[in-house]
Amino acid sequence: MSNKAKVLVYGLLSVLCVPFVFPTWWMVTSSFKPTSEIFAYPPKLLPSEWHFGAYREVFRLQPFAEQYWNSLYIAAIVTVGTMAVASLAGYAFARIQFPGQNAMFVVVLTGLLIPSEVTIVPLFQLFNRFGLIDTHWPLILVPIFGAPSVLATFIMRQFFVTLPKELEEAARVDGLGRFNTFRLIALPLARPALGAVGIFTFLNSWNLFLEPVVYLSSKDKFTLPQALTQYVDAYGGPMWDVQLAAASLTALPVLVVFVLAQRQFVEGLAHTGLKG
Amino acid sequence: MRLRSKTADRLAGWLFIAPQLAGSAVFVFAPLCLVLWYSLHEWNVLAGSFEFVGGDNYQALLDDPTLPSVLRATGIFSVGLVVFNLSLALLLAVLLNQRLRGLTVYRTLFFSPVVVSLVAWTIVWGFLLQSNGGINGLLHAVGVEGPNWLRTGPTAMVSVIAVQVFKNVGLNMVLFLAALQGVPGELYEAAQLDGASAWTRFRRITVPMISPTILLTSIITVVGSLQVFAQIAVLTQGGPGTSTTVLVYYLYQQAFQFHHFGYGSTLAILLFVIVLALTLVQWQLRRKWVVHEQ
Repeated sequence: MSNKAKVLVYGLLSVLCVPFVFPTWWMVTSSFKPTSEIFAYPPKLLPSEWHFGAYREVFRLQPFAEQYWNSLYIAAIVTVGTMAVASLAGYAFARIQFPGQNAMFVVVLTGLLIPSEVTIVPLFQLFNRFGLIDTHWPLILVPIFGAPSVLATFIMRQFFVTLPKELEEAARVDGLGRFNTFRLIALPLARPALGAVGIFTFLNSWNLFLEPVVYLSSKDKFTLPQALTQYVDAYGGPMWDVQLAAASLTALPVLVVFVLAQRQFVEGLAHTGLKG
Repeated sequence: MRLRSKTADRLAGWLFIAPQLAGSAVFVFAPLCLVLWYSLHEWNVLAGSFEFVGGDNYQALLDDPTLPSVLRATGIFSVGLVVFNLSLALLLAVLLNQRLRGLTVYRTLFFSPVVVSLVAWTIVWGFLLQSNGGINGLLHAVGVEGPNWLRTGPTAMVSVIAVQVFKNVGLNMVLFLAALQGVPGELYEAAQLDGASAWTRFRRITVPMISPTILLTSIITVVGSLQVFAQIAVLTQGGPGTSTTVLVYYLYQQAFQFHHFGYGSTLAILLFVIVLALTLVQWQLRRKWVVHEQ
């Protein structure tokens, strides 16, 4: 490649990455600015003095630590649950031969066409009947079994199909049952696909917004996305510095994990069943 | 012995899929039937009444003066999002697919918003897009007076689309990048020998070779675009007027703010029909222009 073309590629990429990087930079730095400086003309890239007041307010105005824990533990359960349900079903559809297999695969796949927004009214009634409104159960059960887990099952199936059969056959000749063959032989080999499924399931749960807004009403039950929108003044206007501080606390840990593990992250997503 | 293992396999197969199947039945298929059932009823939560009204809600759907604007907003959002998202994703993937040093750093930067909490990302953009916010601050610095982005019709829609594209384009970019790396280099070398220009090579080799990925990403992006809610709720609350009130946001308002559960269910059925129709259309298109399939 000529030098001119190189400069062009680097230049283009550098300009294009501004709207991807600047907001995060702005979020973090502005959360340390005094309120007057947040809206300063021209905008300041760094605070002139570092203020931590907004971070104190984050925890004073809402049970933020509790809300953080809610989001974390819900996402963790949903991720592990989805991985279990999807790898079992994906394995059966890929490897075991049983009557009704193809029909059931089609039935399960139709779930992909039914986003949870379509069924939220009856689900609300269902959870209401069992007294589960304002609990975390809807946020756990629906994603583990609904449309997102169907996609996970599909990805797992596509992956198990590509695994060589011989290993499993050898294990079975040695007298290993189906479940143990799955658990001890196939599952460890499926780590890349499981990783991809885990990542996107976690992010899905972490970002869930409509469901918490519909199902939850007490502040100590809220999850992070919902809690972030609650930092408003007496007139309903957003308290920018506090919102930005809370947003930074929400975004940074995941971002750090991503930067540390970005190779597995990006390549895991790219090289599984999602490749199509 | 062989017979026994065959019977065992049958049982094992059903047991393995049982959690998924039971879960789908309870949390996907039963609610889908119920939402259809509800849509045939007038449901007054306050009075506690639940009356069969046949097609009345569907007639109300046709007569709803707000619905055309909702469908227009949904259409503009989806088309805008898909076009902007896929072309940007492809451009970024092609740029990142060059053999140059340090491009992984850029890949990480472009992908990073995908892992930033959706509402956090939206709040920051909401802040940047205020009339006295960061974007207009930057514009002011170069002598341009920016609009009040989220409070005027066309710019509000452009803003919600852009915020969503920057959030998620990294995902499609990575999928495109993986597809591009799978295109055999000899094809390009042969074309280059024949004197094909870079643009011709892109159009005649790259696009056909990665067409399965284009199809996959467009299905995911279209269905995802119909589900957008948080960005609208945080940035514009459907406004100004109803210019950014997309279908899911309208459904939420009708069902959970105005407690019109019957009519809300009818809107849910409409959403389902749209998702179904679009998926079928895309699946048909696959035969026409997706070049190779495994």
